Amino acid sequence: MNPFQLASPTWMISPIILPLIAGLLCFLLNRRTFAIALAAAVANLLAVCFLTYQLLLFGPMRCHMGGWQPPLGITLRSDGPAVLMLLMTAVTGLAITVYARGYFSHRILNLRQATQHQEQQRYFWPLWMLLLAGLNGLFLSNDIFNLYVTLEIIAIAAASLAALSGKPASQLASFRYLLVSLLGSLTYLLGVVFLYRSCGILDLDILQHHVANGPGIRAALALMSIGLLLKTALVPLHFWLPPTHANALAPVSVILSGLVVKGSFYLLFRLWFEIFTQLITPSALNFMGTLGAVAILWGAVQAMRQHRLKLMVAYSTVSQLGYLFIAFPLSRIDESIQVWSIVIFMALGHACAKSALFMVAGAVFLHLGHDRIKDLNGVRASLPIPVFAYGIAGVSLMGLPPSAGFIGKWLLLTSSLTSSQWWWALVIITGSLLAMIYVFRVMSRFFVIPEDYSVTTSAPLSPLLEWPALIMALISLFLGLAASWPMKILATGNTALTQVFPGGLP
Amino acid sequence: MITTLLYSMTGLLLFAMGLFTLFIHSHPLRKILAVNVMSTGVFLIMVATAYKPMPLGNIDPVPHAMVLTGIVVSVSVTALALLLACRVQETSNLDLLERKKQARIPEESRR
Amino acid sequence: MKTEKKSIRRIRNRGKRLDAWQLLLLFLLLCLTTVLGTIIWTMPENTSGLTDAVARLQEQSGVESPVTAVLLNFRGYDTLLEVMVLLLAVIGAWSLAKAPFSGQAADTGPVQMGVVRLLVPLMFLVAAYLVWQGSHLAGGAFQGGAILGAAGVLLLVTELLFLPAIPALPLRIGLVFGPLLFVVIALFCLCLTGHLLGYPEQAAGGLILLIETACAISIGLTLASLFAGGHPEDDHPQSVNPTEHSDKEEWP
Repeated sequence: MNPFQLASPTWMISPIILPLIAGLLCFLLNRRTFAIALAAAVANLLAVCFLTYQLLLFGPMRCHMGGWQPPLGITLRSDGPAVLMLLMTAVTGLAITVYARGYFSHRILNLRQATQHQEQQRYFWPLWMLLLAGLNGLFLSNDIFNLYVTLEIIAIAAASLAALSGKPASQLASFRYLLVSLLGSLTYLLGVVFLYRSCGILDLDILQHHVANGPGIRAALALMSIGLLLKTALVPLHFWLPPTHANALAPVSVILSGLVVKGSFYLLFRLWFEIFTQLITPSALNFMGTLGAVAILWGAVQAMRQHRLKLMVAYSTVSQLGYLFIAFPLSRIDESIQVWSIVIFMALGHACAKSALFMVAGAVFLHLGHDRIKDLNGVRASLPIPVFAYGIAGVSLMGLPPSAGFIGKWLLLTSSLTSSQWWWALVIITGSLLAMIYVFRVMSRFFVIPEDYSVTTSAPLSPLLEWPALIMALISLFLGLAASWPMKILATGNTALTQVFPGGLP
Repeated sequence: MITTLLYSMTGLLLFAMGLFTLFIHSHPLRKILAVNVMSTGVFLIMVATAYKPMPLGNIDPVPHAMVLTGIVVSVSVTALALLLACRVQETSNLDLLERKKQARIPEESRR
Repeated sequence: MKTEKKSIRRIRNRGKRLDAWQLLLLFLLLCLTTVLGTIIWTMPENTSGLTDAVARLQEQSGVESPVTAVLLNFRGYDTLLEVMVLLLAVIGAWSLAKAPFSGQAADTGPVQMGVVRLLVPLMFLVAAYLVWQGSHLAGGAFQGGAILGAAGVLLLVTELLFLPAIPALPLRIGLVFGPLLFVVIALFCLCLTGHLLGYPEQAAGGLILLIETACAISIGLTLASLFAGGHPEDDHPQSVNPTEHSDKEEWP
């Protein structure tokens, strides 16, 4: 079979191999690393677009690595959710690449510690490219042990990136982060061992049909879920997230908050709603939903109490992750495809909005030299574009129409009301109100211009720092208007979804 | 049969011991060692899984390959964690000294 | 003074006596272990895993050792990613610090030097043998790489003077060589057979040995660089800005 024809599933490897090669080259070569990384990010986006096109034409596909069939070989799989996550990663990844360039060149030009920043930039590119490869591998992989390896790639790259800034606080946070994600992967691995012991199979497709209600498999599911929850930072296990995300360099915060957390969540969600569906009990779903509700409220309250912009945004991540888990108990009456659409929407909207917020926070930080919320007065006058981006991203976080956050929350609300589980709706609404409070708390500071205020004379920010944030914010806003597109991708190969929205989308 | 079980139980015990140490000790080196003990436990269970009793007479090579992968991953993570812990130790000490110095300066100027 | 003594005593006792929370934790962990242990105990042992599948396809894999066949042929993609994990650890380590070489010759005794002179070449030989042996017995890239790494560690603890002077570029080339060759061969196989890492059947053995050799070298270097604990002296980006006038740390 020709691997280069249009319908060949082999194209699936390109989002993994391209960043991988780019990462190796970025490490090997000393100069032009940005050009390599940018080329890889663009090529990755093109490849993912091609995969989407392929999915729409030919439906879900499987790619057998090395030509070995499933029980033994490793399989990659592209279907609706995977391709949407890939698209999210590719778009955000391109924005991050551009933003990081602006960020580092600004710091190298304007601060005294040029060597240090150059060094940071030198190691940023290979780490980021390999992390991108790991994420794409995670979304595509269909083998339970291969998923462990991709999780480890992500963990090591993310922890190294988080420590990159060289500040003691960030290194301590990154050390903790490394230990936590290591604990998470080990627990996941123990689950894999239990699974292999009871089934003798690693491929998810075959596993799906072999899942019996044995204690071994249930223990395996529990262990894997705990490991992944630790990595996803659901509320009692979220302690590591705010310091790590808030102390990292701005582009790294964007990567960690927008993409890395989604990776482990996506895997958890797939395990629960695709592979082990028979084993899931209502009480387990309700338990997850309760944790999600606590996460929404606790994260929002903490976000309101923070004094630093980046910490506030980090706590808002904790809160927003709760919405993803509230979708769990709502799956009980509907077919699981509806949950997929809710979760994918929330994840997409959050990725775009949160990356925009962290980009803005980074720009504000570079401009003012600090990010204390009480001293942010008058930033609007000097940084109009980032403030605009902040506002739009805030709209998506609060869930106002027509943003992606609105669609996600609307779907959540309707399904919680139709399934007469109104208490979830209450939590969702309260969470949105709290989000409004913490977003506006900063927003009002931006717009207060003190009387003796003059536009500060520090070096102007390069457009690379401002425009990616605005573009990501606009994407998160207009994703809500173009909601039928992701739905179409999601529904490919899944006939159930066409019946979910008979009257079109809200 | 008994051999497999013995190894698996030891592995499980190691996992639990590592987890306990990880929780109660605050020293970074102990934490790293605890995680190492935990991963050894998991690998032990894996190797025990590979063992097949006599009628089959063969080992299962897939868990072996998995253990090899796991060991490599654990080595690299351990190295990175140790380096990070060293850096944290150095920079936090520096930071502490710096802060002490700064705290002393106003006192002296007051005198 | 008294409180100080008390606190010292408390610190000393901290490791020995467990407080209520720790006892609770111990209890919970014991429960967990018991539950998991019971599950393992009662688990039926009827599955033969993937043994049969491997045995059936062994002949097509190009190597005789089943573990190597799984590692580099059937599940070669895992190994590819795993090599990347090692490289990532090195990049992470290099991003953290500069390698702490003292810069002076250590006072190595004649016995130590003799041991190094004897052992290091021997270790190279053993590593090469292990890699070669991997095709039919236990052994392979990781085992060989580990021995190479040990040789590197031996050289590093001897604090030989030429080690800090190794320039960064050859080191980077050595580190990337194995992974890059792996990827290139994988793509080459893609062109030949239409599958990533789908070796053509006649050439499989040779290609696997080639990958293993390259990876063993890179893994050995990787482990040694991890031990060295930082990036080499001259691994800085292209142009160092000369307008750097202060060493004062500026932590934002």
